[in-house]
Amino acid sequence: MTPAIEIKDLHKHFGKNEVLRGIDCTVDTGQVVCVIGPSGSGKSTLLRCVNLLEEPTRGKVLVEGVEVTDPDVDIDAVRRRIGMVFQQFNLFPHMTALQNVMIAQQRVLKRGRQEAERVAQANLDRVGVGDKAGSYPAQLSGGQQQRVAIARALAMDPDLMLFDEPTSALDPELVGDVLAVMRKLAEEGMTMLVVTHEMGFAREVADRVVFMDGGVIVEDGPPAQVIGDPRQERTRTFLKRVLHPEG
Amino acid sequence: MTDHLPPVAAEPGGKARLSPRKKQRISRAIQYAVLVAIVVGIAFYADWASLAENFAKPDVAGKALPELFTVALRNTIIYSVGGFVVSFVLGLVLALMRLSTVRPYRWISTLYIEIFRGLPALLIFLLITFLPLALPGFEVPGGTYGQGILGLGLVGAAYQAEVFRAGLQAVPKGQVEAARSLGMSAARSQITVVIPQAIRIVIPPTTNQFVALLKDSSLVLFLGVSGEYVELAKFGNDLASQYANATPIMVSGLTYLLVTIPLGHLSSRLEKREVRAR
Repeated sequence: MTPAIEIKDLHKHFGKNEVLRGIDCTVDTGQVVCVIGPSGSGKSTLLRCVNLLEEPTRGKVLVEGVEVTDPDVDIDAVRRRIGMVFQQFNLFPHMTALQNVMIAQQRVLKRGRQEAERVAQANLDRVGVGDKAGSYPAQLSGGQQQRVAIARALAMDPDLMLFDEPTSALDPELVGDVLAVMRKLAEEGMTMLVVTHEMGFAREVADRVVFMDGGVIVEDGPPAQVIGDPRQERTRTFLKRVLHPEG
Repeated sequence: MTDHLPPVAAEPGGKARLSPRKKQRISRAIQYAVLVAIVVGIAFYADWASLAENFAKPDVAGKALPELFTVALRNTIIYSVGGFVVSFVLGLVLALMRLSTVRPYRWISTLYIEIFRGLPALLIFLLITFLPLALPGFEVPGGTYGQGILGLGLVGAAYQAEVFRAGLQAVPKGQVEAARSLGMSAARSQITVVIPQAIRIVIPPTTNQFVALLKDSSLVLFLGVSGEYVELAKFGNDLASQYANATPIMVSGLTYLLVTIPLGHLSSRLEKREVRAR
């Protein structure tokens, strides 16, 4: 079976700064893979290379067997199948929650207004913000905004979802609501690649945890091993700092 | 530990001769005293009768009507609105050129903006009067109106281009990224997501631009306009010469304010609404 995401020898340079230095990674359909690592390790860049928000310098990225790095590929068509959730939500501030979830359905999938509205409301209900359909993003809490952003991605019926530190910009008491939605998605069988600092979530929900440092994958395996019993010294040091910040 | 801390600079109830609050009160009293002295001085020494005779003579003011509104204000609005439309369209083109990935477009746009923002508007108007000399047989379409609108449009476009550029750049990059990752094309993202937000950002400064243009429309005076083409400034000046009295200029000024002050308030209201919406 074709893997959902296949990354081969991926390099990304920003000028002289080598952010990714040869990444090989595969995500199978239905898998939840969490990427952890210190800031500046290239986690977000890796995620952004999958839907080509960043153009890789070298290497290949295949999504469901389609090489997204091929210049002849219709990237818009590939992106339609990849839902993306950002750290800063990136909701459209001039539209209501409902319109945020409708607009791409109408403009990209060419769904009719009524169908788009029905799908949008269903997805807002699914993430627990159905009663906020008429609110503008500025009127919502961070946790509500992020859930609207998840609904916006889900409304496109994606085959897989990318999460770029979805809870990092949230107040601590709002993190749980968003993680609960992601957990439910994982249970429903969604293929997910998640960059996160939430070790508890990674340990309980992920099928695999990938630890990155300095632009390479240091350790890749089941959470019980990577988080519970890391083999590499670098992983151990990082986890110690994250789990016991005060030493 | 605590006994090694440096001593607190001003002890409460200490021997400071003037507390900061007392100083502030004295300073305020002095400011009021100076103001009163100046007002009383002006009231005493100004020749009010002569001032009123020269700047606010009712029968001369009456002579300005009704042409003040039917001709002068009407023309001021024609020149300003026309110039605004030209500067809006040309400014948008220049802003898009300035943000283009094609380098020569950026150079041309930057050059234009630098030149037309750097020159006095008056100079542009003086140059326009020489156009027919430079290009024999060429005439600006629309005659005098066309010349005035062209001058205002050329100057306004440079400023409006910067307003548009700032507006487009003020939309965060994440907005385009969100739109693109939903499968929208680059053009679709601009139309659906970026431009509607940029327009909201740009409305208040654009209103200010229109006010600036309205005031600059007085420069049409230097095109040598006459008769049915005069706008407020020229109209006031001509009447003032005719009656050897400054009242018509004052009347023209008031007419400008009738338009510019409400527009200024509208602009700041829109600005406040924009800040709240974020």
